[in-house]
Amino acid sequence: MNAPANLTAVLLVVAVTVGVGGYGLRSRSTPDFYVASRTVSPLRNAAAVSGEYVSAASYLGIAGLLATYGSTMLWYGIGYTAGYLVLLVLVAAPLRRSGAYTVSDFAEARLGSMAVRRTATVFVVLIGLLYQVPQLVGAGLALHTALGAPAWSGTVLVAVVVLVSVITGGMRSVTLVQSVQYWLKLTALAVPALALLLVWRGVWHPAGSPSPLPVAHAAGGHDGGQGLYGVYSLMVALFLGTMGLPHVTARFYTNPDGRAARRTTVGVLGLLGVFYVLPEVYGGLGRLYAPGPAAADRAADTEVLLLPGRLVPGSTGQLLTALVVAGAFAAFLSTCSGLALSVAAVLSQDLFGGDVRGFRRAAAPAVLVPCAISLLLSGSGMSVAHEVGLIFSVAASTFCPLLVLGIWWRRLTAAGAVAGMLVGGGLSAAALTLTLLGVGGTGWAGALLAEPAAWSVPAAFLTMVGGSLLTPGRVPSAASVMLARLHLPEALAAGPADRSAADGDRSSAVPARSSRDGHH
Amino acid sequence: MGDPSRRVSVSHPRTRAARPGRRDAAVRDVHEQTPLGEVYMKALMRTQLRLGLLVCAAVCLPLAALPLLLGRVPVPHWARLWGAGLPWLVLGPPVYALLVAAGICYVRRAERNERDFDEHVRRS
Repeated sequence: MNAPANLTAVLLVVAVTVGVGGYGLRSRSTPDFYVASRTVSPLRNAAAVSGEYVSAASYLGIAGLLATYGSTMLWYGIGYTAGYLVLLVLVAAPLRRSGAYTVSDFAEARLGSMAVRRTATVFVVLIGLLYQVPQLVGAGLALHTALGAPAWSGTVLVAVVVLVSVITGGMRSVTLVQSVQYWLKLTALAVPALALLLVWRGVWHPAGSPSPLPVAHAAGGHDGGQGLYGVYSLMVALFLGTMGLPHVTARFYTNPDGRAARRTTVGVLGLLGVFYVLPEVYGGLGRLYAPGPAAADRAADTEVLLLPGRLVPGSTGQLLTALVVAGAFAAFLSTCSGLALSVAAVLSQDLFGGDVRGFRRAAAPAVLVPCAISLLLSGSGMSVAHEVGLIFSVAASTFCPLLVLGIWWRRLTAAGAVAGMLVGGGLSAAALTLTLLGVGGTGWAGALLAEPAAWSVPAAFLTMVGGSLLTPGRVPSAASVMLARLHLPEALAAGPADRSAADGDRSSAVPARSSRDGHH
Repeated sequence: MGDPSRRVSVSHPRTRAARPGRRDAAVRDVHEQTPLGEVYMKALMRTQLRLGLLVCAAVCLPLAALPLLLGRVPVPHWARLWGAGLPWLVLGPPVYALLVAAGICYVRRAERNERDFDEHVRRS
């Protein structure tokens, strides 16, 4: 490991993040802060969504799991991408047309109940905080691997940079940073991957590169019923969980209208499809050039960082490693700032008054709490990708039923929605906690706890439908009007009389939330 | 919209201005959620939901079959490309191409549904 080159790479990424974020210092008004005043074009927004979404789990975690467990783990990349297809066909356009900024706003506007809003807020904050933990742990691990620095320093570095960029810039600067960081991450992973492929195929012979092991040893890892259950449960969690992630939903409100929201999502599908081929290269080559069986999942997470140096010794290898390290830091920073931003937005609306000052005050707990948790948790040996998968199950068990039923089912009631979120969220969060504590072991109980989505998501859906059918008198009176707003195409949405208002911002129709859209 | 520019209406401008246009009546129905407007909305929602579920099923069912198939079917030796096994080839670019293609198809159909609905409401 060449510490100076890696350190330069890390500092360069930090400088770019802060520098581009500083460009957004001019964003002063409240709408600017929250939704970049909804002026972001579909392509740039797609790059921003992808940049925010490609986290430590995708960048480091998938390749590590592939190298350790084999091709079954390819489902992680597919699930992360397919989640956007489900989001596209079931919620993208209606969610944007609802004009609300967070899932809490959506729940309140659709069901007209503060109890639903508060329940949703609790889960937004919970998911947003928990999701940052693996990123920060990964940052510590990466800095330790690349520089030999103590693990806490990476965690603290990322937390500080995120805090500064969120407080100063708000959403507009973050949008710009995110779209830049998608391309940075893609390049940082693609260039070394190309070099590694050349070495593997024997096109390029750097001095001292090892020869690959025979392919025959690459047998599958997970087999039998438990392995199959794990794959299917993972598919449920990732396919349905994406729509419930706070930083993903918040990003959709920066689209100008429902049509643009759909186009953005298709762009995201393309960009993610290109990206997720790369971890496959690292994982596959990691199996062929394995130094020995990896000791723990956590150690496997460093596969991406170590592989270039192993295959290409010498200064070229050091350059490639520095590039990969830079990309990894871009991944930590972008995902964390997106999450911190959405958590801070929700906190500031519900606790701090919803203006720019409240937002800045809310940013501190949104970053510092996950930082503290990850410093405590850094000893556990779980893979970053697996931790993230568990958090996807929580999102899939709470917000997926709320959004899907809220958008397509007229008879959803507030009571049913609250009950469903509590049951689904409670079950999946309990499974997550027990897994983190190491309860369950290797039998079926352990498998069910490690991948809870297959049973917690149906439980949440059934409770929500059942609860709503039991309280038919409490179907909100405005349900039809609200559904019309969600599904009417933009050309018709303005109505016959006030067509001139079509270009304006319809979100101001959300009761009691209009302060956010006050123009300055 | 049945191309209103081709119609020539011969009337005094002031009388036209005073009378609400018949053309917008259905649009108003949809907006004010009269029983007729609600029928329109339900039809649109049903079309869009059916499309969404169809696309989901068309993508998720083949994907769900893959873990079963890949575990059971013995891989012939010639099916290895550069030493990479069948799962590594199938669960890569082909799946992502399928996802993007499904997304593009969906957006086209969904926008066409909305255009049709728009035309239908304005014409009636």
